[in-house]
Amino acid sequence: MDINFSAEDLAFRDEVRDFFAREYDSTIADQLSGAQGTDYKGAIVAWQKKLHAKGWVAPGWPTEYGGTDWTATQKFIYETERGLAGIPDVVPFGLKMVAPVIYTFGNEEQKARFLPRILESEDWWCQGYSEPGAGSDLAALNTTADYAGDNYIVNGRKIWTTFAQYADWIFCLVRTSKGMRKQQGISFLLIDMKTPGITVKPIVTIDGKHSLNEVLFEDCVVPTENLIGEQDKGWTYAKALLAHERTGMAEVADSTRLLEALKQRASVEVNGGKAMIEDPIFQMRLSDIEMELMALEYTELRVFASMAAGGMPGSESSLLKIKGTEISQAIHELQLQLASYYGGALPDDLNAEQLRHDFAFEARGKYMYGRAATIYGGSNEVQRNVIAKAVLGL
Amino acid sequence: MNFDFTEEQTMIKDSVSRFVRDEYDFDTRTKIVASEEGISREFWSMFAELGWLSVPFAEEYGGFGGSVEDIAAVMEELGKGIVVEPYASTVVVFGGLMAASDNESLKTAVIPSIIDGSCMGSFASTEAQSRYEMSDVATTATACDGGYKISGEKTVVANGGTANKLIVTARTSGDQYDRAGVSLFLVDAEASGVEVKSYKMMDGQSAATVTLKDVVVAESQLLNAAGEGMDLIDQVMPQILMGLSAEALGIMATLNTTTVEYTKVRQQFDTPISSFQVLQHRMVDTFMACEQTKSMLYRGLCQAGEDDRHALLKTVHALKATVARYGRLVGEEAIQIHGGIGMTDELNIGHYVKRLMMINVTFGDGDFHQKKFNQLAYSA
Repeated sequence: MDINFSAEDLAFRDEVRDFFAREYDSTIADQLSGAQGTDYKGAIVAWQKKLHAKGWVAPGWPTEYGGTDWTATQKFIYETERGLAGIPDVVPFGLKMVAPVIYTFGNEEQKARFLPRILESEDWWCQGYSEPGAGSDLAALNTTADYAGDNYIVNGRKIWTTFAQYADWIFCLVRTSKGMRKQQGISFLLIDMKTPGITVKPIVTIDGKHSLNEVLFEDCVVPTENLIGEQDKGWTYAKALLAHERTGMAEVADSTRLLEALKQRASVEVNGGKAMIEDPIFQMRLSDIEMELMALEYTELRVFASMAAGGMPGSESSLLKIKGTEISQAIHELQLQLASYYGGALPDDLNAEQLRHDFAFEARGKYMYGRAATIYGGSNEVQRNVIAKAVLGL
Repeated sequence: MNFDFTEEQTMIKDSVSRFVRDEYDFDTRTKIVASEEGISREFWSMFAELGWLSVPFAEEYGGFGGSVEDIAAVMEELGKGIVVEPYASTVVVFGGLMAASDNESLKTAVIPSIIDGSCMGSFASTEAQSRYEMSDVATTATACDGGYKISGEKTVVANGGTANKLIVTARTSGDQYDRAGVSLFLVDAEASGVEVKSYKMMDGQSAATVTLKDVVVAESQLLNAAGEGMDLIDQVMPQILMGLSAEALGIMATLNTTTVEYTKVRQQFDTPISSFQVLQHRMVDTFMACEQTKSMLYRGLCQAGEDDRHALLKTVHALKATVARYGRLVGEEAIQIHGGIGMTDELNIGHYVKRLMMINVTFGDGDFHQKKFNQLAYSA
């Protein structure tokens, strides 16, 4: 057994490192922090355009549509280096979610119309899946699209729509007919956000920020040419996408970097004049997380090795999602514990300089928003159902 | 990158697996445990014939020339059958120390007899006060004409009752807690002044209290330089801990499979209990625990072939701590999900759990190793 990469792969790793070090400067990072006065959308779009110029913005796409010809190993290396460098992933809704559906199930016109603009980050997409009555039970969705000649008339509410406030387009699961099973009669529809009748209402989350929204559709007229594949077959397309969404959710590289940062801070923060990292109980809490992460790193490598050997990511991605999110939450929890009182201070009232604990705002924000990690992408309970069925045969 | 066992390793793994499946069912094991010696000499000879006893030894001594991966492959399969024959104590621990010794004449004399099955060995390191600290040695070895005289008492020596040869830690210099001054001696279990009192442990294996009273050993019986025994122990310990962890992994996997299968046949409220989501999620958690333990073991096996000793030690301590934590989870869940039947001595479940419990305390429990991990990871 070994985890050695080939000379070609190591050369590729160096190229990735070099590119990130050269092109991802701290001004981008500052703008992406989401702090007041920053321009998240502008910064991430600018970064994605840089990636596109390099040809790296869509590693998962087939080359004919502008993807890379990377091997599974190279994709793994790229993701690992990105995480270790602390560079955020591309906004997934266009590049990683709707694009695979379009190039897999869409027609030629749709491919020509949408894919280049996604690749160039000209269009910002958001995902219209969840509804007030359809969370983990997604197929219970109730937003309707009534067929009327050349158009569908869409009515309903989508919720938890990340970055809808920036979006040019939304891809939606809508109900086009009532089937025998609730999974039947669902269609996959692309909707222009400028369509009359759409209202976006912000939802402020427990971290005090606004990334989520509610999207309301009132008699929205959507041309039938925006339907992906066949009417009433949308659930099949969505399921293919969900498997896509679940891969790579272990985020080992990101957690590794966060844990290193946490250790650094724990060697600066003191209690009774002694660094917290020397506190035996704090050490136990740290190593509880670090050991789990060390194991997860190899779980991820094992899954990756079987994929590189031609296997398909199946229920392993559920395991990676559960463990990965549990670990990242545990890191955020310990970080907030380390921040003590200062984690409770609001950035409106005090600035980091006054507090002299400059990680504290972030610690609270990450902790609070991080609670979502075990809810989205198929809640961890749903993931356990997947493993119970697919792996244990229960 | 590669996480597969080699063809050769797979062959030996399959051979152990077949033995456990075809010849070592739970009834057979129960009879062996109840027998006077508590092990089967017949099976031991068979292990020798099949080459299993030669795994970690170099070819020049007639060995298989295997690595820690080979040991792990064998141990995982033995774990699945909770095999009580002293493979771990003779081949992995005693054999591992012998293989790492630089005393050529001693190796030439002893290793072939391990391989042919005629020598069972045991590592006598623990003392009543020492707990898990290997360098806490009160047993003394005083220089005398042409050798040493050893006096002291060793406790819970694994399979001490069946061993012909013992590797004994004894102090040739320094104070009781000093690392330096601990020496490793090969002592014949029949030697004058050696008294062995054997007793059964809860996992069906035996242990012994070994009393040494002015036992005379020649200088040629030292495994390495006098006073430097801890270096040799430290060198071999990662391999020993990985071997034991592999055994634990085999046990955990078996407990999980057995439990899942049981829930599919056990009916309550007119339905198999496997249909209850609360049980499904618990079994998913024990499944993930087993996968994470396996990953940590594989991490160690990969790092064993590299040069970064610090990284390997971190992993091995983390592995033993993980085995402790997840071994307990898997064991306790297996009993709970089985319900009343899981409480019975008649069912195999409890016996698997008790072996896990003994592995946990062998060469340091979870807290001991996590503390060692913390020292390596967080001390400036």
